Amino acid sequence: MAEDPSNLYAIAAMAAVTLACRCGGYFVFSRVRPTPFIRNAMTHLPGCIFISYVVPRLITGSPATWIGAIFTILTMALSRNLGASIAAGIAATWAVTAFL
Amino acid sequence: MQVVFTRAGFWRGAYRALPLALGLAPFGFVTGLVIAHHGLSLLDCVLMNVTVYAGAAQLVALANWTHPAPIVAAAFAAFVVNIRFMLMGPVLAPWLDGLSLAGRYASLSLLVDHAWAISVTDIRNGGRDAALYAGLSLPIWAGWLVASTAGFLLARSLNLPPHHPIFFGALAAFLALLVPLWRSKADLLPWLVAGGVAAVAAQVLPHTSWYILIGAVSGCLAGAMMDRRRESGHG
Repeated sequence: MAEDPSNLYAIAAMAAVTLACRCGGYFVFSRVRPTPFIRNAMTHLPGCIFISYVVPRLITGSPATWIGAIFTILTMALSRNLGASIAAGIAATWAVTAFL
Repeated sequence: MQVVFTRAGFWRGAYRALPLALGLAPFGFVTGLVIAHHGLSLLDCVLMNVTVYAGAAQLVALANWTHPAPIVAAAFAAFVVNIRFMLMGPVLAPWLDGLSLAGRYASLSLLVDHAWAISVTDIRNGGRDAALYAGLSLPIWAGWLVASTAGFLLARSLNLPPHHPIFFGALAAFLALLVPLWRSKADLLPWLVAGGVAAVAAQVLPHTSWYILIGAVSGCLAGAMMDRRRESGHG
């Protein structure tokens, strides 16, 4: 298939915007000192960003997704092993899908 | 913080990146499938996964792909989904500040959620070895390239249904990463606010990714207000 240059332009635009997002926050904050309130707010960011990502998916998910989620979290809480937790979640989802 | 950058730290990161790269493989594979489905070339696929390297943003942009390609719409999708990186980068400052200028921005250019979460947890636990982040980032990047290219190349011969359980791997990675980020019950209120607001925003603004940013910022503000009340003796 002949290369469509517009695809390359769109990919380049996405790459430039994404790079600006990855570097921009640090660039600004290393020059402007954030207020204590902002710094305090940012300590809450790690948990809040992942919660915001997963909650809408869990709400619209199937019972298989919910059971997979429970197995993933329980495995992680007990083992602190990420690979095992992901595998346990997929296996639980698979089992529920297969048997229901 | 006195930051170090050791070979041992790099390999410790690389070792911890392996399950992550494997857990993300289904997600990368699906992204490759979708790229092939929209008629892009192998060159497009490799370039997108190497330079954009943000699966969620790629899937949102690809869902609205046209021919000729929608340059502005694709860039806007990348911005909306990836603007969270702007908030995440500064949290790594304790390590980044200890690196050379080139090292800082090279590190940031490979920023992804999973390597970031593990690094933040390590910083909170007093970790000083910035090589952990590099060791995490490079294998995840390489793994993403392999998985997405495999998805592209196998797209024609394989026909997985969109709800195949293997695709739960992407969500499972985020769920598992939440567990070590839980510090104490003081996290409950910001997490509830973030989840609740994100759920509403996802309903109000379907087919976009604003809900991640809106939920996260709401949770952070709730947490900061709670902390301020507590410090001033009202809590």
